[in-house]
Amino acid sequence: MTARFYGVELSSPLMLGTAQYPSPDILRDAVQAAQPGVVTVSLRRESAGERAGQAFWSLIRELGVPVLPNTAGCHTVKEAVTTAHMAREVFGTEWVKLEVIGELDTLQPDVFGLVEAARILSEDGFKVFPYTTEDLVVAERLLAAGCDVLMPWGAPIGSGKGLNNIFGLRALRAHFPDVPLVVDAGIGVPSHAAQALELGYDAVLINTAVAKAGDPAVMARAFRLAVEAGVLARVADPMEERDMAVPSTPVAGKAMLA
Amino acid sequence: MKIVVNDEVHEVSATTLAALIDELGYGGARIATAMNGSFVPVPLRDKTALNDGAQVEIVAPMQGG
Repeated sequence: MTARFYGVELSSPLMLGTAQYPSPDILRDAVQAAQPGVVTVSLRRESAGERAGQAFWSLIRELGVPVLPNTAGCHTVKEAVTTAHMAREVFGTEWVKLEVIGELDTLQPDVFGLVEAARILSEDGFKVFPYTTEDLVVAERLLAAGCDVLMPWGAPIGSGKGLNNIFGLRALRAHFPDVPLVVDAGIGVPSHAAQALELGYDAVLINTAVAKAGDPAVMARAFRLAVEAGVLARVADPMEERDMAVPSTPVAGKAMLA
Repeated sequence: MKIVVNDEVHEVSATTLAALIDELGYGGARIATAMNGSFVPVPLRDKTALNDGAQVEIVAPMQGG
């Protein structure tokens, strides 16, 4: 079972990006192996001659997975808001993964612009999925701006470093127990995804880790299994960590041989 | 008149955004448009007049993360 995102229950807590695959066929194989709850998509300039976007859109429609358009590459509030409007029209959804990038080395969000863009878009009926950090104060501002979902980064986009700040992510989860939370960015291997779900996160968004794997379709399947494991582990209520060893084999009844 | 579409200059006879889209061969395509930095929704394209030097953006679905 996954959380409800703006009233919608996704079929899987795996959100999969569609960029950087070696070919459209490999993208199709990866999506079919991952069985994601949504795929993320974007907008780029279209050439009337090539019509590359039209071919891509046909492929996505065939896959039958709900889409979450992003505002990737936007650095200003105006750019992001305009892109979101264009995405709403093209993709026919009010959902938008809102990115307002603030810094090029880390691609970390400009959280000030993010909050402002989230407010403008929420007031205009968009269902905003903000790409943010684990900062609690920013999270509060995003919720006040109208967001019902938060997407903190695990690590910089495309870095594959996993969950850089476990403490911060755990604090965010504890502080907002009822807000759907998605780890977006930085996940490199399936164990990172399982870890996010074990922490109580409701979903993970992955792209580079699958697209840049040697065999994207096999890695997609690995992520599908990892998120399933993570969800089950969370439901099963993990044991408490201890600082000292506790024997697992019963001591009572042990033969006296010393 | 000269219109800049996706950073390329085109000499066109169209006088509205809707006519420009047809003239450039985008008819029937799933696209969104902006002019001079502002989104122009589909219903407004044929009411949106082009001026010489207008900057038009035409975008379509693309791979994204």
